Amino acid sequence: MTISTAPAPLAAEAPVTAAPPRGNRLGSWLIFVMVALYFLVPLAATFYWSLRAEKGVLSFEAYRRLFADTNFLPAFTESIVNAVIAIFLSLLIIVPTAYWVTLRLPWLRPVVEFISLLPFVVPAVVLVFALIRLYSRPPLLLTATYGSSRVVLVCAYAALSFPYMFRSVDNGLRAMDVRSLTEAAQGLGANWATILVEVIFPNLRVALLSGALLTFAIVIGELTIALFMAQHTLGPYMANLTRAKVYEPSAMAVVAFAITWAAMGMIAYISRERKGT
Amino acid sequence: MGGAKRPPQSGLGQWFGVLPFFVFSGLFLIAPTLVLAYRSFESLEGGLTLTNYRELTTELVLGAYGMSIRISLTTALLGGLIGFFLAWAVSLGGLPRPFRSITTTFSGVASNFAGVPLAAAFIFTLGRVGLVTALFKLLGLDLYAEGFSLYSYLGLTLVYLYFQIPLMVLVILPALDGLKRDWREAAENLGATPGQYWRHVALPVLLPSILGTMILLFGNSFGAHATAYALTGGMFNLATLLIGQQISGDVLHNPGLGYAVAMGMVIIMGLSILIYSILQRRSERWLG
Amino acid sequence: MSGGFLSLEGVRKEFGGTVAVDTFNLEVAAGEFVSFLGPSGCGKTTTLRMVAGFEPPSSGTIRLAGKDVTFAKPNERNIGMVFQSYALFPNMTVGRNVGFGLKVRGRPKDEIASRVREMLELIQMQHLEKRYPYQLSGGQQQRVALARALAIRPQVLLLDEPLSALDAKIRVELRSEIRRIQRELQITTVYVTHDQEEALSISDRIVVMSAGRMEQVGAPFEIYNYPKSAFVASFVGTLNQLRCQVVDPAGGKLSLEGQTLLSNSPVSAAAGQQVLAMLRPEELHFGAADGENRLDGEVLSVVFLGGVVRVQVGIGSSVLTLDALNERRLKLPKVGDRQTVSFPPHACWVMAGI
Repeated sequence: MTISTAPAPLAAEAPVTAAPPRGNRLGSWLIFVMVALYFLVPLAATFYWSLRAEKGVLSFEAYRRLFADTNFLPAFTESIVNAVIAIFLSLLIIVPTAYWVTLRLPWLRPVVEFISLLPFVVPAVVLVFALIRLYSRPPLLLTATYGSSRVVLVCAYAALSFPYMFRSVDNGLRAMDVRSLTEAAQGLGANWATILVEVIFPNLRVALLSGALLTFAIVIGELTIALFMAQHTLGPYMANLTRAKVYEPSAMAVVAFAITWAAMGMIAYISRERKGT
Repeated sequence: MGGAKRPPQSGLGQWFGVLPFFVFSGLFLIAPTLVLAYRSFESLEGGLTLTNYRELTTELVLGAYGMSIRISLTTALLGGLIGFFLAWAVSLGGLPRPFRSITTTFSGVASNFAGVPLAAAFIFTLGRVGLVTALFKLLGLDLYAEGFSLYSYLGLTLVYLYFQIPLMVLVILPALDGLKRDWREAAENLGATPGQYWRHVALPVLLPSILGTMILLFGNSFGAHATAYALTGGMFNLATLLIGQQISGDVLHNPGLGYAVAMGMVIIMGLSILIYSILQRRSERWLG
Repeated sequence: MSGGFLSLEGVRKEFGGTVAVDTFNLEVAAGEFVSFLGPSGCGKTTTLRMVAGFEPPSSGTIRLAGKDVTFAKPNERNIGMVFQSYALFPNMTVGRNVGFGLKVRGRPKDEIASRVREMLELIQMQHLEKRYPYQLSGGQQQRVALARALAIRPQVLLLDEPLSALDAKIRVELRSEIRRIQRELQITTVYVTHDQEEALSISDRIVVMSAGRMEQVGAPFEIYNYPKSAFVASFVGTLNQLRCQVVDPAGGKLSLEGQTLLSNSPVSAAAGQQVLAMLRPEELHFGAADGENRLDGEVLSVVFLGGVVRVQVGIGSSVLTLDALNERRLKLPKVGDRQTVSFPPHACWVMAGI
């Protein structure tokens, strides 16, 4: 898994600057167009290919075949379930942690931040290697069955989401000035369960959603860990498809792109909406 | 006043909220890594040794690391430069405002597009029967006859840039925002041309951020597995693919060496993240 | 009038449909210290930025020492500017910041070094030459910004609310220092601020602005004591505005809630009409005095401000604010007491055109 980034929720509006001289603008357009070409041509090529399944005609045959494949839906569903569970796991662990570290244990912050950076230091291919070795021998035998391996997989996904989830929640807590809100609530007599549920969570909605959507995008197509743990999720399915079929992979790539775009677009949308408050 | 119940102030109770985090990280991040580290010092007989690390100098391993470093350096430099210029273009370069949010959203998508879909997309573009390959053939240039291959150092670099450039854009945009308008005006006021402003003020201030992010890009590329696997079927000489081959039990017969290769990667990644953090802190001090 | 060292003729600035600055005319003499004073959004900063060259005027001319600089680029005007946010280059030491203007002009190294030393002596920060901006306090950073602007020997010095980000005490210290340096160097200066005490204390002349328009131009004493409009009168200093009825226009006799008083001159309104009588709080005193107007009322509030005691006296439905200098033997009036207030006729004036 490569490092991916979330657009920071509640990010500041881009500052207005005076228009630069003409020369700059030409250069800017040139750069933008050339880079845009590099990014759009592969997408266009893939989309074009996905329409060529039927000889001589442009049709959505490849998509039909993709969705008709008996292996597709189970793999897709399994990935979605994995993603949802990983998200909940991550939220349940990260939110209290971020809250505690901000309010009660600020000296612990460097440790927590370091740990949340571990998924970058230990990339997916190394992590799966280590996980398999650690959990494939008694007394920690967890790789014996498909189901138990799946548990390890989902937990690994949750751990891999920590950097993004923590940063997202942390930014959210900072933006809502959690300390002042907590103290105000306490002064009014609320206990800390009420504070968490009625004050913290509602104001964190955007940050939580952003973190969740980003985790979703990462997990849904994840290949490395799923492959080596012999799981039948979307990642390995897509890899097999690329070797086995000609046209379906292009349809699948378009679908994958659409899903990622939907997730990122939603993050951008909910972040923007917040600014009006 | 009031029976306001606060989370426990002292004693063991205050650990309640962070305990799940530490337990979970311990089980799924820290313990595995420690086990890996320990076993990398284990010899075939069962004692502790450094031979595994010495054997890292075999042609196979060196070749894989070398290729990984080559590709990572190239994509870090190229991705960094292109990403910087694109970020500059949409923030300070005078393009219409919507271009910036389009770019950031697309960057978020593209940096997550890595893996099988990205590999597939490039196969359809520049593979043997890809669209662009065909277009070039129409124009009289047979890429593959000329020696080009998507499954090579050049090809992988081209593919990796697809998520390296967006990563650079996303990280460097806040830094560019941090360049205060006042600085440019003060410099102008004191008689500097725009070129002098960039040379003496803007670029020096941005340098820690740019360098730091390029190092982040290096690490990102070095640890990338899925895209390379999807593109080459795991048959290319790359550090991450090499580790993957060991997990499947194929290539090396000495598991300890396998762990050493993996630890080598962890060390390189750790170093790059460390340097990135240091440079980020420095740039934050200036750009606030 | 012969052209001043810095002159703005008919300068006007429009943004889209809004007029930010409307027909600004000003001649600043060489070595003069002029302040632009007004509330936020009155156009004072926009005007300053037009002089600096960061905004082109929509119409009008700006001349510097006779030369037309209206559309000259900022880096061609040889004008030094001090920004509200200091704008010190974070990657350079104090010394390199101050020397930056000379460096981009290609001056030789030793000339730069000696000029930097000279400037640091001027602001009394020689020992901090090697420090970085983030290691300095706000006040220190602003002094460095000043030194940097002056190092290039500019023809005009512009300051855009330079002290508004600083503590009250530093503000008072620094503004006198700015004035001292300005006098020493005899440099033509334009100073933008919304703080009227600041403007009054250090300017040769003040331009009071409101909603893009120049309300009044004059020396501080003149602006304060002879305001030409209700806006200037109330923006600069505290002001009593009493709604009175004209009794005798020729004699300037007015009536306030049944009590008569004399204003400073004939009133240009008919008998029986309502006018606003203006009166500064410090011109009022407790008790009756010969030859002065006298009003009787009830003490509504007493606020002890340290050097000044501010008392509000209610006369019918009108409220009169009185500022008395503090004295140790002073017996402060109590809320609810009956109180007589007096003031000389010349302290009270009626604004023409209400």
